[in-house]
Amino acid sequence: MRKFKKAMALTLVTAMAAASFVGCSKSSSSSSAAANNNTTKEAVTDADGKEVSMRDQIAAKKYDNEGKVLNIYVWNDEFISRVADHFPGYEKVDATTGKIGDVEVKFTKVDNQDNKYQTNLDQTLQDNGKNQENADADKKIDIFLVEADYALKYVNSSYTMKLADLGITDADLPNQYQYTKDAVTDSEGNLKGISWQGCPGLLIYRRDVAKDVLGTDDPTEVQKSVADWDTFAETAKKMADKNYLMTSSVNDTYRVFSNNVSSKWVDENNVINVDANIKKWVDVSKAMVDAKETGTYALWSDDWAKGFYKDGNVFCYFGPAWLIDFSMHCDEEGSVGYDGGWAVTEGPQGFFWGGTWICAAAGTDNQELVKDLMLCLTTDEETMTQIVEKDHDFVNNSKVMEAKATDDKFGDKYLSNQNPVGLFCNGIKTVSLANISGYDQGCNEEFQNAMKDYFDGNYKTYEEALDAFYDKVIVKYPELKKPE
Amino acid sequence: MAQNQASVAPMGKGKKSKVVRYNRWGYIFLIPFIAVFLVFNLIPLISTFYNSFFENYMAQLNHVGPNFVGFQNYKTLFADGKIWQYAGNTAIMWVMGFIPQIIVSLLLAQWFSDTRLKLKGSTFFKTVIYMPNLIMASAFSLLFFALFSDGGPINDLLMKMHILDEPFKFFSSKWATRSLVAAMNFLMWFGNTTILLMAGIMGIDVSLYEAAEVDGANSWQRFTRITLPLLKPILIYVMITSLIGGIQMFDVPQILTNGTGNPTDSTMTLIMYLNKHLYSKNYGMGGAISVVLFLLTGALSLLVYNIMYRKKDKEA
Amino acid sequence: MSEPIGEIKKSTSTHARRVIAYIVLIILSILCLFWFYILLIYSTRSNGEIQKGITFIPSTHFVENFKNLVNSSQPVFQGLRNSLIIACSSALLSTYFSTLTAYAIHVYDFKLKKFIFTFILMIMMVPTQVTVLGFIQLMTKMNLINNFIPLIVPTIAAPVTFYYLKQYMESALPLALIEAARIDGSGEIRTFNTIALPLMKPAIAVQAIFTFVSSWNNYFIPTFILKKEKMKTIPIIIAQLRSSDYLKFDMGQVYMMITLSIFPVIIVYLILSKHIVSGIAMGSVKG
Repeated sequence: MRKFKKAMALTLVTAMAAASFVGCSKSSSSSSAAANNNTTKEAVTDADGKEVSMRDQIAAKKYDNEGKVLNIYVWNDEFISRVADHFPGYEKVDATTGKIGDVEVKFTKVDNQDNKYQTNLDQTLQDNGKNQENADADKKIDIFLVEADYALKYVNSSYTMKLADLGITDADLPNQYQYTKDAVTDSEGNLKGISWQGCPGLLIYRRDVAKDVLGTDDPTEVQKSVADWDTFAETAKKMADKNYLMTSSVNDTYRVFSNNVSSKWVDENNVINVDANIKKWVDVSKAMVDAKETGTYALWSDDWAKGFYKDGNVFCYFGPAWLIDFSMHCDEEGSVGYDGGWAVTEGPQGFFWGGTWICAAAGTDNQELVKDLMLCLTTDEETMTQIVEKDHDFVNNSKVMEAKATDDKFGDKYLSNQNPVGLFCNGIKTVSLANISGYDQGCNEEFQNAMKDYFDGNYKTYEEALDAFYDKVIVKYPELKKPE
Repeated sequence: MAQNQASVAPMGKGKKSKVVRYNRWGYIFLIPFIAVFLVFNLIPLISTFYNSFFENYMAQLNHVGPNFVGFQNYKTLFADGKIWQYAGNTAIMWVMGFIPQIIVSLLLAQWFSDTRLKLKGSTFFKTVIYMPNLIMASAFSLLFFALFSDGGPINDLLMKMHILDEPFKFFSSKWATRSLVAAMNFLMWFGNTTILLMAGIMGIDVSLYEAAEVDGANSWQRFTRITLPLLKPILIYVMITSLIGGIQMFDVPQILTNGTGNPTDSTMTLIMYLNKHLYSKNYGMGGAISVVLFLLTGALSLLVYNIMYRKKDKEA
Repeated sequence: MSEPIGEIKKSTSTHARRVIAYIVLIILSILCLFWFYILLIYSTRSNGEIQKGITFIPSTHFVENFKNLVNSSQPVFQGLRNSLIIACSSALLSTYFSTLTAYAIHVYDFKLKKFIFTFILMIMMVPTQVTVLGFIQLMTKMNLINNFIPLIVPTIAAPVTFYYLKQYMESALPLALIEAARIDGSGEIRTFNTIALPLMKPAIAVQAIFTFVSSWNNYFIPTFILKKEKMKTIPIIIAQLRSSDYLKFDMGQVYMMITLSIFPVIIVYLILSKHIVSGIAMGSVKG
C-alpha cells in the first residue's frame, strides 16, 4: 500500500490535477482533513476581490482561541532564526522566546551531542503522556524538530500528529522533493512531518587536479570518470599514481552508499541486516585504504578538512551546497575555493546530507498556528524565495529551485561561477528513502566506527568487525538481534 | 538517651567520660550528612539495584517492561564477557597513569620538602603543577586529539626530525591511544598527588631526619626508612582516591575517542559502558552494570580497609 | 674519610640533585602550562585557522571571537553566573558540612560511631555514576528538574572530603582544646564554629578547591537536570557551541568560551593556593 501511494505521488508530483485527485482519495478516509483544508486550496480574497497572500492572512491572525504558549523543541538556532526572520508577525523577545499574535513562543534548545536532544525530548514526551494529557496547557510540546536519521522513531510513534489531521494534504505540497516526504512517512503511509529544506549532495572536485590527472575540468567530462563505482575506483588509482588522494576519508562516500540501499537496517523480525550496497562500501573502501587512495578520518576532524586547502591534495568531497558555502573555508587564502578551485558533478549516485523536519506533537493545543507555521515556512513560494535569498538554503520546492537553476546570476564563485543548482536538482530526484528505519543513526554510526578498525587493520577480517558492530548496536537498541 | 550514654561510657578511655554528656552532639552533627546521603544517594542506589532485576528499556518510543526477569540481566552481562574486557581496559589505563604519577609525585614532594636543596621558586612550581587539573577534561581531550591527529603538530615534528617517514596514526593504535589516556590522567593528577604527599612529608618530625643523618644515612636511606613508612596513611589516602578516580574513568577516553572506545574497544572503560546503556535507556542492564561496579568497588575498599586495619593492629 | 672531603662530596651531590630537580621541574612546568598557552592561542584564531591545525603563534581574531561569543545566542554570561553559584555553594556547603561530620566522628564517642565511620569509608568508593539512573528518576519525581538543588545539596554528603578532613583533624585538632572551650562555657556549635573551623582552614582550602573545580567542570549530571536555557552551566554551553549548527560551527568561539571559563577557576585557585602552601608549611597533616 505504501509503495503504491509513493509511486503514485512520484509520477504525479507537479500536476495540479493529480493534487486534487490525491486530495479526493484522502478525503474519503479522513473527512475532517478535507473540511479543514479550505483555506489553503482555494485562494482567499479580500473585500475588493483581490487575492490575499498566505503571509498577509497569517499576519492578520491573533491565534487568541488557542493555547497561550507554543513550545518548540530544537537542537540549534537554525529553526529559531527561520521563524524569527520569515514568519509574518513574529516578534522576538529574546534569543529563545518570542510572540506571534497572542501566543508566546518558547524554544527549548537541547544540544545534540551524544543523542542528548532525543533523550531529553523522549523523556518530556513520555512524562506528558500519549496526548500530553499529563502536562499543563503551557507546558505541552507543540512542535519538535527531527533529523532524517531518526525521524522514523517519532513518525512511527503516536507522539506525532498526522499532517492530514492538521489539515495539510499532498495538495499543499506539490513541489516538495519526494525524499523529504519519505523521511517522515509512517509505516501506514501517513505524512507526519514537513521540511523547508532539501539537502541534495554532489561530488565536489578540484579543477586543477582534474586537469592534471584527467586532462579536463569540465563537469560533463569529469562525470564520465566517476559515473559509477567501478570507474570511480579506476580514477582513484590514477589519482594515487600522481600522489593525490581520491577522497579525504572513506566516510566521505558512506552517505552516497547508505542513501541508495535496497533493504532496511533492521528487518521485520528485529534482526540486523547489512544491505548489499553497504557491504559494497566496505569493499570499495577497504581496497582504497589499502592502496592509500583515501584515509579513515572522522568527518569534521582536522585531518579530514585538510583537503579543503591546496596542499591537502584531495581530489573530491561529497556534499551538499552548504558544505561548499559554509564549511570548506572558501573565503580564506590558500583554500581551494578561494580562487574558485572547486567544481561539482553528479558522481556515482544521488544522495542527500542534512535537513531538518518539523513535526507536530500529538496533543498540541495550538493546531492552527502549527499548521500555519508549517505551510508558510515550507510551502509558500514567497517565503521560500525569501529563505533562498537571505539564508542560501536549498529550499524544499522544486519550482523555486529550478528557477534558480537557469538563473545565470546564481553562479557560485567558489566553483568558478558554475551554477550548481541544476545538478543538485537532478541528483535529488533519484533519491528515495523507502528503506530508512528508525535505527539508521545508531546503525550508521556504529558501522562506520567498527569498519574504521577493519580498514586500519586492527580487525583482521570483515567478520570480526561485523561482530563488533552487532554488539554495539545491540547495546544501543536492546530489542535488536544478531542474524543467525 | 540515658541508655546510650551507659553503653558508650565503657568505650571511653576513662578521661573521656566527662565528655559523655556531650556525645549526643555526635549524632546531631551527623544529621546533615546522613539525611543528604539517604535522599540523594541511598534511595537512588536502591532504586538502581531494584531496576537491575527488571527488563526495562525503550524500543524506539515504546516502553518495554518493566517485567521482572530475575538475574537475566546479569546473565546477559556476563554472557559475552565484555564487562571483563572493559574492566581490564580500565585497570590497564589506570595503572599506566598511576605508576608514573606516584613516582613523580613522591620525587617532587621529597624535593619540595628537602630543606637542603633550597629550591628557588618552589611556590611557583607548586602552584603550576596543579593547574592542568583546572582545565575541563573535555577541553583537554580536544587539545590532545588535535595535537596527536595524523596531520597534527606532533606528527609534523616527528617527521621533520626524520624520526618518522609517514604520520603515525596514534588513534588507530591500541597502545598509543591507551598511553595518551594514561598520559592525560597523569598530567591532570600528579600535581594534586604531590600536594597531598608534600603535606604528609612536612608533617614528619625533622629531628628524625637529623638523627638519621648523624647515624650516616644517605638521602635514599632517609627516604626509604623514614619518609615512606611515615607517609603510609597519606599514601593509602592517595591510593584510594586515585583508585576511585580510576574506576570512574570516563571523560578523558570518552571524548578522546568520541565515545567509541576504539581502536577495537581497547579504551572502553566500565563507566563508558554503563553510559552507553544509560543513553539507550536500558535501565535493566544499566542497573546490572551499576550493581557489578558497586560490588567491585566494595571488594576493593574492603581490601584497602583491611590493609589499614592491619597496620593499626601492628601499632597496637 | 676526613671531614672536609665528606663536606665537599655532600655539597656536590646536593648540587647535582638540585640541577636534576630544576630540570625535571622545568620540564613538568612546561608540560603543565603548555595547555593554557595553546588555549590562549586558539582563542585568538578564526575557525578556519583552527581547522588548518595547530600553530604556536597567536593570531588576530581574539576580539572578533569574543564579540561573536557575546553576540551568539548562547547565554554565556548567564552560564558563567550559574556555574559560579553552583560551584561556590557546593564548595562552601561541602567543606562546612564535611568538617562538621569529621568533627562529629573525631570529637565525640557514641554507639554508632565506628559503624558510621566504616560505612562512610565503604561508600566512599562507590562511583557517582552508579546511582545516576535512580538519581534522575528521583529528581524528576521530586520536581527538582531545572533547579540547582540537585547539584548543590548532595555535596553535603561528600565521603572523600570527609575522609581527608578527618585525617587532618587527627593531627591538627587536639581534644584538649575542645575540652578547654567547654570549661570556658562555650556551646558545642560555637566551639565548632569558632575553634575547630579556623584550625582547619588549610585543609578546608584544599578541599574547597577540589570541590569547586569538580563542580565547575561537572558535565554529566547537570545535562540531565538543567534543561532551561537560563539555568545551564558553562560545560553544557560549551557542548552546545560545539554541536550547534554545522553551518555556523565556529571553533574560535568554542576555544574563547573555554578560555573564559577557565579564568574564574584559576582566580579561585590562586586565592586559595596561598592557604594551601601555608597549610603545608604549618606541617599539620601527620596522617
